Amino acid sequence: MKGSLIIVGFFILGIVCGLMGWLPSLDDNLSFLTLCALLFCVGMTVGNNTTLLKSFKRLDPRLMLLPLMTIIGTLAATAVAALGLPHRSLTDCLAVGSGFGYYSLSSILITQYRGPDLGTVALLANIIREVITLLGAPLMVRWFGPLAPISSGGATTMDTTLPIITRTSGEEFVILSLFHGFLVDFSVPFLVTLFCSL
Amino acid sequence: MLKIVAIMLCGMAVGFLLRKRTLRIVPKAVTVLIWLLLFLLGVEVGTNPQVIAGITSLGLEALWLSLAGLAGTLLFSWALWRWVSRKKGGDGR
Repeated sequence: MKGSLIIVGFFILGIVCGLMGWLPSLDDNLSFLTLCALLFCVGMTVGNNTTLLKSFKRLDPRLMLLPLMTIIGTLAATAVAALGLPHRSLTDCLAVGSGFGYYSLSSILITQYRGPDLGTVALLANIIREVITLLGAPLMVRWFGPLAPISSGGATTMDTTLPIITRTSGEEFVILSLFHGFLVDFSVPFLVTLFCSL
Repeated sequence: MLKIVAIMLCGMAVGFLLRKRTLRIVPKAVTVLIWLLLFLLGVEVGTNPQVIAGITSLGLEALWLSLAGLAGTLLFSWALWRWVSRKKGGDGR
């Protein structure tokens, strides 16, 4: 939660600097190069973590379908919701939905491809998703079962929402939560760029 | 799109080659890069009068899309949970 607040703080600081005109006009390439560096580093952490990959072998194979449920559930519902936003194309909405709560990366990618307008929607939508998961996890478990907060946490179940999932769904769902976060996290850059380029 | 994916795969390969070592600096670099990028996104938003003028409607769109996405995940994860727990019971244990 503290990490999210710092990130939002940087976003707001950027808005203020932009509004006040405190910065010289920035090169567009700067954010793209930073993005490339970020993706490279994210890839490195994934490739480096072999112990995590090994622990996934102990999972119930049927529960391994959960990341797929998360992706299909989000995209199907987002496609329906797109009908309520006639000025946005279906692919725009699906790109926002494919953030799965990974707001930093998805908003940056979408800004690169579709501009700051949709990038801001992606940032806010995915922050909201994380916050609702953090706050609503106990109710989700009660109404929709222990898998619900994992699925709603999307790409964040490996880090920011892991503590609340452990507490509400139970210790036995930690490995599943890590596995789920790992796969959904990994799908974000692929799906977002896919929907942006369609 | 290919460029983005290729860069990430390169990172994974390098991370895998360095798997004998703990890359303590990389998660820190990720955090700093995210801060920098969100700051740059903020600057882009702040210098774009159209986005600033529409910030409330952008927020409402975001709320709408995230609520829809959440509803979808809740429904699908519930269906999977029902399937998994029913099969468990039906195993004759």
